[in-house]
Amino acid sequence: MADSKAKPGVLLDIRNLRIEAMVYPPGEAPRNIVLVHDVSLTLEKGKVLGLIGESGAGKSTIGLSSMGYGRGGVRITGGEVILNGRDILKGGKEGFRKLRGREVCYVAQSAAAAFNPAHRLMDQVVEATLLHGTATRAEAEKRAVALFRKLSLPNPETIGERFPHQVSGGQLQRVMTAMALCSEPDLIVFDEPTTALDVTTQIDVLSAIKDAIRDTHVAALYITHDLAVVAQVSDEIMVLRHGRLVEWGGTRQIIKEPRQEYTNALVSVHEIEHAEQNPGATPFLSVKNVTAAYGGGHVKVLKNVSVDIYPGQTLAVVGESGSGKSTLARAITGLLPPEQGTVTFDGRPLANRLADRPKEDLRQLQMIYQMADVAMNPRQTVGTIIGRPLEFYFGMRGRERDRRVAELLDEIEMGKGFVDRYPAELSGGQKQRVCIARSLAAKPKLIICDEVTSALDPLVAHGILKLLLNLQQHEKVAYLFITHDLATVKSIADSIAVMYRGEVVRYGSKSKVLTPPFDAYTDLLLSSVPEMEIGWLEKAIKGRRMESAGN
Amino acid sequence: MSSPVVKLIAQRIALGIILLLAISVLIFAGTQILPGDVAQAILGQSATPESLANLREQLGLNDPAYIRYFRWLGGVLIGDLGTAMSSGQDIATSIKDRLWNTLFLAFWAAIVAVPLAIILGLIAVRYRNGWVDKLISGLALASTSFPEFFVGYLLVYFFAVKWQVFPAISTVYDGMPFGERMQAIALPATALTLVVLAHMMRMTRAAILNVMQSAYVETAELKGLSAFAVIRKHAFPNAIAPIINVVMLNLAYLIVGVVVVEVIFVYPGMGQYLVDHVTKRDVPVVQAVGLIFAAVYISLNIIADIAAIVANPRLRHPK
Repeated sequence: MADSKAKPGVLLDIRNLRIEAMVYPPGEAPRNIVLVHDVSLTLEKGKVLGLIGESGAGKSTIGLSSMGYGRGGVRITGGEVILNGRDILKGGKEGFRKLRGREVCYVAQSAAAAFNPAHRLMDQVVEATLLHGTATRAEAEKRAVALFRKLSLPNPETIGERFPHQVSGGQLQRVMTAMALCSEPDLIVFDEPTTALDVTTQIDVLSAIKDAIRDTHVAALYITHDLAVVAQVSDEIMVLRHGRLVEWGGTRQIIKEPRQEYTNALVSVHEIEHAEQNPGATPFLSVKNVTAAYGGGHVKVLKNVSVDIYPGQTLAVVGESGSGKSTLARAITGLLPPEQGTVTFDGRPLANRLADRPKEDLRQLQMIYQMADVAMNPRQTVGTIIGRPLEFYFGMRGRERDRRVAELLDEIEMGKGFVDRYPAELSGGQKQRVCIARSLAAKPKLIICDEVTSALDPLVAHGILKLLLNLQQHEKVAYLFITHDLATVKSIADSIAVMYRGEVVRYGSKSKVLTPPFDAYTDLLLSSVPEMEIGWLEKAIKGRRMESAGN
Repeated sequence: MSSPVVKLIAQRIALGIILLLAISVLIFAGTQILPGDVAQAILGQSATPESLANLREQLGLNDPAYIRYFRWLGGVLIGDLGTAMSSGQDIATSIKDRLWNTLFLAFWAAIVAVPLAIILGLIAVRYRNGWVDKLISGLALASTSFPEFFVGYLLVYFFAVKWQVFPAISTVYDGMPFGERMQAIALPATALTLVVLAHMMRMTRAAILNVMQSAYVETAELKGLSAFAVIRKHAFPNAIAPIINVVMLNLAYLIVGVVVVEVIFVYPGMGQYLVDHVTKRDVPVVQAVGLIFAAVYISLNIIADIAAIVANPRLRHPK
């Protein structure tokens, strides 16, 4: 019926797509909002189009529309989605079911959550193929094993017998790619497939996905918020913001010659100039030979770790997940008493256990967490949340406290109007700012920042980093900055500790740590950070000296 | 089976045994606190202080409580539940038939109620928030909200009195043909089914709805599976543990909670037996029945725990 509309070579042609949803804001009447405003795109067979933008830009919503799928109450209310020459929106529920898992497959952000924990991997990988009857079970399993091998999974013959929890996150992400490829679709929607992974694992998965796309000639929509990542795999890039098209062009054009200001901001987002400060004479907090373990000493997660923190400076702790970064913070704050070693503060040892520390010691060490929204009581207003440490540590009451809360809100660049708001009414960046104000309220000497920008969009994260640097200058507060993102480290650190499997493998001033010669792990970590450069991925894979731990 | 599973199951069973012992102490202590003792109950009004003292000596009632407890427990362990005071019969023998009758009734009620509840739960999830869901939930709630005796009498009124399909009184006897026996229990089994149905169905619905939010359910939908296949293949297996739990609780209720239904239909089961002997203040029988009920309850809950452990792939297949 729609054959007249089809252009030769075009697989997917989305025209004036409009997507709406009902939202139910707390304390207000439900209202209809438009998520995607008349977006059009075309994708040729075998090509990769990157969809990029911040959260709320409508990338996933557009990606899923190619399968006729809307999350929650999301509805496609206008436009056409022409796949293989027909408008799939006219096919109804039966039509959607026939194309899902056959013509279009989906790779989710968190494969760990997207695999059913109750079934073996192989059963899930071949499920769609068998459902649509495109192959017998034996053929499908043979195809799956070949794909496991192509995606360089270990033990391709037997990995399918495993359950999801028996396989690492990076491997699961590749199994999910194999699952999508198994039914030999025309199009795969990759929805942030490497965002949840460590940099060192991300590079492996990324290169596996890229090879698989090239060899199977499948077309792909690659959704991500990381421009450097999408530059490695896409032929074209589409920049989206607030559900509207900002810019659409070839990969080289977008990253080298962006025409829109917003694209330009995305391209140049990571660069903050931060001059390194020299360490002072004496550190105010010293971690000496600390060893810590979980499970009654069975699982050693910190081995003989020593670092120093100087007044008003930032120590960045980097490493992949499981390297012991957060455990170091737990040991310093007393949440996990060390088995051996000491933490000294202002020349005297701190009690190992949190319960044994006086209030004054608690005040001096504050924390900010990755997930700002779960670190606040959803039923307290911003004023109560920030006022709490003022009451607790300084006994401030009434007008005095309110004045200080207003000052703190000023410092985090949020106005007085936010005092009576609830966390649910704030954006992700604003929530993190409130958490920063709450930790500042205690006037601490040290704030431990545990992956504070990891859950935020790059532009918002950039704003938070700038704020933290400004506050450091005013308040002379020191940071212990835990992150897996080396770009962040370069922007904020004065000294760096690189952790690997519970040990500090490299430690010193920023310039020293980031100057060659590198040890093998630091080299891997540095070379795994995606650069906004076409062909970076191939160069990085070729130049590696060691395999990443997640492999 | 791998070692963590075996260890966990062994732990559950050991805990169950300890719990059962603790309950036996409670049952024994409870009956001791009541005023009067067995000797007084046997002799009744005609008791003289001398005859009381003699009988107490005979029955060993002058021994300290803990000795009497262990004597009683030792008897229970070898299947000797003592003698009923009111009739002088061996309790174990008279309980055997009754327990069998109760289990027979509970079995057939469960055979109907459990699959029906789970299937209705699955259907309710499939058509969630639509009229099918509301109809199922409404009817199930209504049947549970009616007291058992009311449901029982309604059944009797329609099926026994008006239409005369099933007997109003469920008399069963040894050597009764299977068909007749089934006909006799039809009404009490229906009453029990109606009573336990809603609880299991609503828990099934809630447990499955809980996992319907998971990312793997979305994955299944994006593979093109039909809505019912998604629920059956991907949601149900992950909701199995809470469902088994509520099923076992209801099975226990079918065995130990049938007193009212048995009385209405004059069915010779454990409940009737218990009620009869409570009115006669026949302490040894009450103790024996209480202990059996506790054992049933605990065993079914252990089975639920074990099923939940075995259903968890993380425990079955450790890293």
